[in-house]
Amino acid sequence: MENLNLILPEIFISLSIMFLLILGVFKNDSSKITFNLSLFAILITTIITFNETYSVTRETLFNESVVIDGMSSLMKILTLIGGFLVLVISSTYLKTFKIYNIEYPVLILSSILGMMVMISSNDLIVFYMGLELQSLALYVLATYNRDQLKSSEAGLKYFVLSALSSGLLLYGCSLVYGFSGSTNFDIISNQLNSEEYVLTFGIVFILVGLAFKISAVPFHMWAPDVYEGSPTTVTLFFTIVPKVAALTVFIRFLYVPFLNLIDQWQMIIVFLSIASMVFGAVAAIGQTNIKRLIAYSSIGHIGYTLAGLATASNEGIQSSIIYISIYVIMNLALFSCLLMLRRKDQYYEDIDDLSGLSKNHPLLSLCLLLILFSLAGIPPLAGFFAKFYVFKAVLEQSMYFLAIVGLLSTVVAAFYYLRIIKIMYFDKEKDKYDTDHSLWLKFSLTVSTILILLYFIFPSQLIEVVSRINII
Amino acid sequence: MNFPILSSLILLPTIGALFLFFIKEKEGNNTTIKYVALFTTIVNFLISIYLWIAFDQSTSSFQFIEDRTWIKGFINYKVGVDGISILFIILTTFITPLCIISVNNSIKNRLRDFLIAILIMESFMIGVFSALDLVVFYLFFEAGLIPMFLIIGIWGGARRVYSAFKFFLYTLLGSVLMLVAIISIYLITGTTDVVQLYEIGIDVKYQNLLWLAFFSSFAVKTPMWPVHTWLPDAHVEAPTAGSVLLAAILLKMAGYGFIRFSLGLFPVASEVFTPLIYTLSVIAIIFTSLIALMQEDMKKLIAYSSVAHMGFVTLGIFTLQQQGIEGSIIQMISHGLVSAALFLTVGVVYDRMHSRLISTYGGLVSVIPKYSILFMLFALASLGLPGTSGFIGEFLILMGAFKDNFLVAVIASIGVILGAAYMLWLYKRVVFGKLLNEDLKKILDLNRSEYFILSCLAAPILFFGFYPDPLINTIEVSVTDLINMHNTNIASK
Repeated sequence: MENLNLILPEIFISLSIMFLLILGVFKNDSSKITFNLSLFAILITTIITFNETYSVTRETLFNESVVIDGMSSLMKILTLIGGFLVLVISSTYLKTFKIYNIEYPVLILSSILGMMVMISSNDLIVFYMGLELQSLALYVLATYNRDQLKSSEAGLKYFVLSALSSGLLLYGCSLVYGFSGSTNFDIISNQLNSEEYVLTFGIVFILVGLAFKISAVPFHMWAPDVYEGSPTTVTLFFTIVPKVAALTVFIRFLYVPFLNLIDQWQMIIVFLSIASMVFGAVAAIGQTNIKRLIAYSSIGHIGYTLAGLATASNEGIQSSIIYISIYVIMNLALFSCLLMLRRKDQYYEDIDDLSGLSKNHPLLSLCLLLILFSLAGIPPLAGFFAKFYVFKAVLEQSMYFLAIVGLLSTVVAAFYYLRIIKIMYFDKEKDKYDTDHSLWLKFSLTVSTILILLYFIFPSQLIEVVSRINII
Repeated sequence: MNFPILSSLILLPTIGALFLFFIKEKEGNNTTIKYVALFTTIVNFLISIYLWIAFDQSTSSFQFIEDRTWIKGFINYKVGVDGISILFIILTTFITPLCIISVNNSIKNRLRDFLIAILIMESFMIGVFSALDLVVFYLFFEAGLIPMFLIIGIWGGARRVYSAFKFFLYTLLGSVLMLVAIISIYLITGTTDVVQLYEIGIDVKYQNLLWLAFFSSFAVKTPMWPVHTWLPDAHVEAPTAGSVLLAAILLKMAGYGFIRFSLGLFPVASEVFTPLIYTLSVIAIIFTSLIALMQEDMKKLIAYSSVAHMGFVTLGIFTLQQQGIEGSIIQMISHGLVSAALFLTVGVVYDRMHSRLISTYGGLVSVIPKYSILFMLFALASLGLPGTSGFIGEFLILMGAFKDNFLVAVIASIGVILGAAYMLWLYKRVVFGKLLNEDLKKILDLNRSEYFILSCLAAPILFFGFYPDPLINTIEVSVTDLINMHNTNIASK
């Protein structure tokens, strides 16, 4: 008998999804209670997962097709917290657009479930199942504001391109299976050797599929359109939660089944990383819509996390995980600010709408200032440390070119962050925005900004948690 | 463990800023805000004076060291002072209160935010001068960009956005390479602690590249020719208090960095690249002096003169002679006082006439005599007249240069003449001549606070001009040991 306690979080969250669906069918006006119950469900799942972290070092289940280890627990917690905060700050936005329905929390829960399966997967089939579960939920979420043309367009684009990438991924998986005779990551790892040239195709297909999911250049084309078109809260979900899950899978693929083929994939990852960093920085300069700008900036940030992965060392993986954790906090804070730009039931999302914000809303613009400087990687804010660890890991492997290109692209990226600050602080003010934000929105902005600002006082804690993750 | 005096120096302005943050900005509340900021900085100044008194001048080892684990097994928060850094700390704590007093009429909106920015800036600057760990140093060095960007951008002149961006991006671009170098040093030696690095040294084969990486950052910040172009823009557009901070203290970070890190950590590379520094310094001295001659904007002229003066500083540091380095340090302190004073004198007439153009003025001596006298003193100190602190610095630098390289010294001496030319010509056009502009007849002489600030600056300029011993005594042992360490390192390689 398998020890089902280990997948208790997944079991619990799937049961909650079913329960919520039934509740939605039988009870009228159940959106509010579904929201609250789903929050509760995430909270409990988080607690269960959190308990696991301390008791488990590395356990496998179901013929070693599911793995529970330090990395999976940490990334699951990150996913759950991200999902929780997204749900919690969504309600005002959804009510404004009259799409405050039961489907929203259920879809978010199902995509979280898919991601949790992905994060724990140690088998090609389990991985693909999780991936499709989360993708299907995300397609619907992207079109969630279906009365708006842009939202439907975003969902359709995302669906078509994502399906294509899933196809590539599946094709790669089948090639790998053909050469190794197994779908299990550990067995693949032992069977593979770099003699087989066709195997390289398999790896490339899988990497392309994964690169698409985390929107690394040159597979990023969907990101700006989808981010712009989707409802803002869904965009927030897109920019943080699936990235965490996809990054975990990326790490697992590179360092478990393909560990012996470093020569084959290292150059690919270095290329993806450099292309994302440079393209993300350059393309963001011309943007006028904040959500599009965030799309490009997140492409750049993914480039930095990939730089950590390219190192083929434990330090590199740890630095990537630190980077993505800090990135999640920064994006959460950034979107909390964006959701506060509301005037008479209308949300504003152009950069020019920020003009002179500092005169009308000094506190909000101070938070945004800190967040933007942190995203630009200026010390002593959290974003600097994220980059610092990554570049330390990169330089440890003597990859000077990668480090220097990365750091130079931070200078380019600093330009567009500065442009927003310039508009906020140096330009003429416009009308005031509403200030009656929900308590949760204020809470998430305050907490995340304080974390960003004061991270430098206690930088060791996060490192300690992450340093327990040793994949190689 | 003693009282953490350096940390309190660093933290106190931030605490003051935090305090200001919670005071509501209201009409008529401005005096309270200003007094809070002033009080904080004056207390900080008194602490730093105590630091100087308690400082033991007979040893070159670091004092008042605080060493705490910061990132476990990687970086320690380590601060401490020696004879070189203590002077810069005092300069910082001395100039900042004067800046705050000078904020009278020039800053009309958001006074509270302005003072918060200045106070936070002070924290970072003291941090730079007391950091004994490369990462901590980098942190403070870079963090200073944020408040300065806002000071220039929010309260600056017409082209403030352009200047703020140029300042920020130039400096950031220079610094990222330094970050690569710092991480590399950690990976090569296993520590970023400066004191330990002094002892173990860095392998010669890495030194040249690392030196260049540090140089890229310091050269932009100094600023050296040809990457000096951000400085005139930033100076001209920044509000007076911002220009003062920039000229008096921010530029010194780089000179300090050259002494502490480039010389101390990479002795062999420093020898290798001395010709490069000489060339750039000499070009800076001659070229920017000539540019300064042609300026029509007073602030721009002073900005270019800063570049020329910093050219002397870099020249002196890399003579690697006792006199040269001592001269550079004194020149930096003196330039900190003099350039601050010059920017403030320009600020005084700018507040009244709202013009920085030289052609607006002329014949000021007959309407505002007090102002003219003090302006003369600062102009003379800037060109290095004996009896002012400017002379001591330039003289020692040239003496060091003559010992090391005759040709360079001769060319640099021409720069002294050019310096006299542009300063005196500026003075002549602004203060002497006929009073042609009718508006000038109504101009008021220095008010009490301006008079106070400028006298505060004039006193040390004259005092150290006649009696530089307190400065030289403080730095002497540290500089001697630095040169000895340098020579033994060279000999052993």
